[in-house]
Amino acid sequence: MRIAGRGLVDPGRVIGFSFDGRPYTGLAGDSLASALLANGVRLMGRSFKYHRPRGVMTAGSDEPNALVTVGRGGDRRPNERAPMVELFDGMEAVSQNRWPGLGLDVMAVNDLLSPLLGAGFYYKTFMWPRAFWERVYEPLIRRAAGLGALSGLPAPDVSDKVFGHCDLLVIGAGPAGLMAALVAGRAGADVILADERDRMGGRLLDEDEMLGGAPARAWVAASLEELDSLPNVRRMARTTVTGAYDGGTYGALQRGAPGAVHHSFWRIAARRAVLCAGALERGIAFPGNDRPGVMMAGAVRRYLHRHGVAAGQSVAVFGNNDSAHRTARDLHAAGVRVAALIDTRPEVPQYADYETFAGAEVVATRGRLGLRGITIRQNGRERRLRADTLAVSGGWNPAVHLTCHMNARPLWRDDIAGFVPPEGAIPGLGVAGAAAGVFSTHGALSTGARAALAALSDLGLRATMPDLPGAEDAPFAITPHWQVAGRGRAWLDLQNDVTTKDVAQAARENFRSVEHMKRYTTLGMATDQGKGSNVNALAVLADATGRGIAETGTTTFRPPYVPVPIAAMGAGASGAGYAPQRFTPSHGASVEKGAPMIEAGLWYRPGWFPRPGETTWRESCDREVAMVRNAVGICDVSTLGKIDIQGPDAAAFLDFVYANRFSTLKPGRVRYGLMLREDGHVMDDGTTACLAPGHYVMTTTTAAAAPVLKHLEFVSQVLRPEWNLRLAPVTEQWAQFAVAGPRSRDLLNALLDDEIGNDAWPFMSCGAVSVCGVAARLFRISFSGEHAYEIAVPARYGDSLFRLLVALAEGLGGGAYGMEALNVLRIEKGHLTDAEIDGRTTACDLGMGRMVSPDKDCIGKMMAARPGLRDPARERLVGLRPVDPQAPVSAGAHLFNPGDKAERVHDQGHVTSVAWSPTLNSNLALAFLKHGPARLGERIRLVDHLRGHDTLCIVTDPVAFDPEGGRLRG
Amino acid sequence: MVRLVARTAAGGALPQTIGGLTLAEHLPEAITAVMPFDGQEGAVSDDMGMPFPAPGRTSEADGALAIWAGRHLALVLGAPPRSSHGAISDQSDAWAVFDLTGPGGAEALARLCPVDTRAAQFPPGHTARSLLGHVHASITRLKDDRLRIMVPRSMAHTAIHDLTRAMGHALRSQSAG
Repeated sequence: MRIAGRGLVDPGRVIGFSFDGRPYTGLAGDSLASALLANGVRLMGRSFKYHRPRGVMTAGSDEPNALVTVGRGGDRRPNERAPMVELFDGMEAVSQNRWPGLGLDVMAVNDLLSPLLGAGFYYKTFMWPRAFWERVYEPLIRRAAGLGALSGLPAPDVSDKVFGHCDLLVIGAGPAGLMAALVAGRAGADVILADERDRMGGRLLDEDEMLGGAPARAWVAASLEELDSLPNVRRMARTTVTGAYDGGTYGALQRGAPGAVHHSFWRIAARRAVLCAGALERGIAFPGNDRPGVMMAGAVRRYLHRHGVAAGQSVAVFGNNDSAHRTARDLHAAGVRVAALIDTRPEVPQYADYETFAGAEVVATRGRLGLRGITIRQNGRERRLRADTLAVSGGWNPAVHLTCHMNARPLWRDDIAGFVPPEGAIPGLGVAGAAAGVFSTHGALSTGARAALAALSDLGLRATMPDLPGAEDAPFAITPHWQVAGRGRAWLDLQNDVTTKDVAQAARENFRSVEHMKRYTTLGMATDQGKGSNVNALAVLADATGRGIAETGTTTFRPPYVPVPIAAMGAGASGAGYAPQRFTPSHGASVEKGAPMIEAGLWYRPGWFPRPGETTWRESCDREVAMVRNAVGICDVSTLGKIDIQGPDAAAFLDFVYANRFSTLKPGRVRYGLMLREDGHVMDDGTTACLAPGHYVMTTTTAAAAPVLKHLEFVSQVLRPEWNLRLAPVTEQWAQFAVAGPRSRDLLNALLDDEIGNDAWPFMSCGAVSVCGVAARLFRISFSGEHAYEIAVPARYGDSLFRLLVALAEGLGGGAYGMEALNVLRIEKGHLTDAEIDGRTTACDLGMGRMVSPDKDCIGKMMAARPGLRDPARERLVGLRPVDPQAPVSAGAHLFNPGDKAERVHDQGHVTSVAWSPTLNSNLALAFLKHGPARLGERIRLVDHLRGHDTLCIVTDPVAFDPEGGRLRG
Repeated sequence: MVRLVARTAAGGALPQTIGGLTLAEHLPEAITAVMPFDGQEGAVSDDMGMPFPAPGRTSEADGALAIWAGRHLALVLGAPPRSSHGAISDQSDAWAVFDLTGPGGAEALARLCPVDTRAAQFPPGHTARSLLGHVHASITRLKDDRLRIMVPRSMAHTAIHDLTRAMGHALRSQSAG
């Protein structure tokens, strides 16, 4: 029911929306909940387990009942809390967890079965038969119990992640937060003021209250105006701080304007913070306290003062503290009928002309889909009253949640019957106002100011205590009253349908620890995380176990404070935002040639270059291999790591990080090197070229580029800080192409400004050349086993050079080759990749034991000498060739002696790389075999249990093609 | 004679303007990594004609900008310096260099970079090595309304994607705010 002239809504702006398909109107400034209440709609949801009819209970993010689904298609968002949904034109909201409809929900049959469905029901009932749990019981339970459903469509990636920074983060913009922000803002601190509601002001907007001699709202407006005038203050409305993390980092969820589907998830690094999050009102567990129309007393005031909506036409108020009286007074003043004020305390004041029952309780309620009346008990006599709304206040729980996110436990205070944050719970976080258990407006203002002053002092900023506006400063009077004895169920957790009886039963069954009780009953495990139920439940548990509340303690508070959509936390991380894409200089040209791309780490590399008529990758690959063996092939190898090493001690450094010697390497020469880890296993391999005395370029494998640089930095900074040298990654600077095959030199000589010959450029030489007028580097090295070069130009010329090289190669009967051919070529030659250098192999395993120089120290040398790593019985590198050349071989297969069963205990080794060799017309494999090099010529079974291969192979040398290396020297 | 054609890191993808912000590719004469050998910062500064930049700062002289980029490392944008007192490597093509110009560049960067790049905290002459989304980057404030962002060349495409998305979101938050 709308009350004209009240609330911060715009009567001139009518907004049309629908709920469960029915059209309604509201006003600008309404929430979905307030608009529905204004339309007399009280039934907004069904409960999780028993499908009980439920109405809106709160006016904030702690709402347990009124969960709705808003929007359509991929934008559809389930479990939105109706009081937090700002109304917008054309909004489509639907209720949840009901079938066929909210008014008639056949699943409500669960409610009739409730005597059977209490705490622990699942654990006791669905034990047998065992196989039924996953197939029958769980799907059934999941279908019957529930929340809203996702659309199943991809959510549009419109949300956002943002980093924020400030001197002072003020959490909550009620009187304490506004005062803290004012004090800090005036002192020049860099302030973020975050508040989860759409308008700032907190309870000052929810109460009829004077501040500084004028309505509190005027003070709020003036304060916001002043804050907006300060360039050092950022106001973030619609922003819930969701978690407190290490190092002054806070998570925060910012909602978009009404109707917007995006969120922004903030990570705010704050040097100091003040928690002014207020307090959450709690209920009293009396029988039938879940009917639509039973609401929090403070929420009723918020709907009245913020939205100009009376929650009902005849409102009864039930409480154990003075704030309940406020609700009765305000409703009365607004002309709403107050059916009765029921206070559990024996002596209470009579403020206005409505019936007041002192020392009384509500013991029952009536009304199926909405409250129609209540039964009260006073002095042992029961009496029935008519009311369509019951406003309840069982007290206020300070919002201690954030202060407990780093494992602090809140402290119980008898005087306010609530938990308050302990000192220093979160480093750098102060607490003020109701969150600290200070419930008067004056107290909020003064503690807010003081918390800001303390933070400013920490920050080295000067400020003095401001003059505070005169404000209400009444002491908070409460007599705890947790539950009402009586027939019928008294609900604690309305979201998960947990009653006082469930808690008592948990205690009887010895789930007496509050954490055990929680898990046994599921209390507090719903989307509201027990905001409304937690304290009441542990009071009931304390009662049931004969302990005090302080002794019983709370469950653990964990982030996030409110549900955070995964779409917000993962914003931007779909599609191209999922991971960086690293493109080689030849990427565009390769894509133009139709090459499918293979992801190698973050790099995209061409798999093969299909030509017309080729229908499978194997045809292309075989042709590319043949091109390299018979003519010339071009391959982009820019992805290999390149590290520039310079300095007087660079040679000594290389000797130390490589197993073999580099200090003897002369300018203009290249050497293959093997790098060990500290534990003696092989880390990486590659070539290093000496460009000039004290100047080297090291190449690493593509995958190891970053780990090797990190390792070198560690060695340089930590192990050998006295050595004078510098390391610079230059991978990105150079576009580097392999030019491989018997015609490679012919091709290069067509391009280089000065021709090269075999004498000046023997195998493993390097130097500066000029290609089409561009200064380049040429390395005569070979991964394919052919007469080959790698030519490097500055990356800007890479695309152009690649196209030129490929065109020339095609003229010579060759062309571009991709990763598949590269792999076949190297397997034919027994060259290694990280399939073999897998982190478990030693130089000996790889047949390179003699590369570990006996004449010098190197990283890993000592550990590599351990007997276990030198044992000839270890699995060591060999080649395999199937007896039938066409018989299948596969990487990952295991090796067994022909007479053994193919079982684990008989394992002789495993296969790391396989290829069809068009050169040798046979399948080939590289494998690690026990005693490998001593078994050349033996037969071994290759068994792949996954793919079903069982292939008899001959053990060979790893180098299957051109073992003398004659082709290299061409 | 055949000539090699140079391509820039961004290709034709830039400039792009979104709201008041423009992302453009900057093409310095050269980028040179200068790493003074032990105890040689002074000698290298003399050779560079400007002080070797302090951590988190830049240094400027004769149109060349030296950006601190790590331990013992400055990237000089401009004419390549020569020095025998340090390791010098040409990195002209190793980096994609972008200038983000206009009011609120830090708002866009806040979507990608965990460092506070607002002008009050990060005035002209300040630089940081940090993240741009998933990409490691060098970020420098040149002017109140101009930020320079450098990323590895191979990831230019990703950086442009992420930056333009962030620019759009910054615009959205400004118009909503």
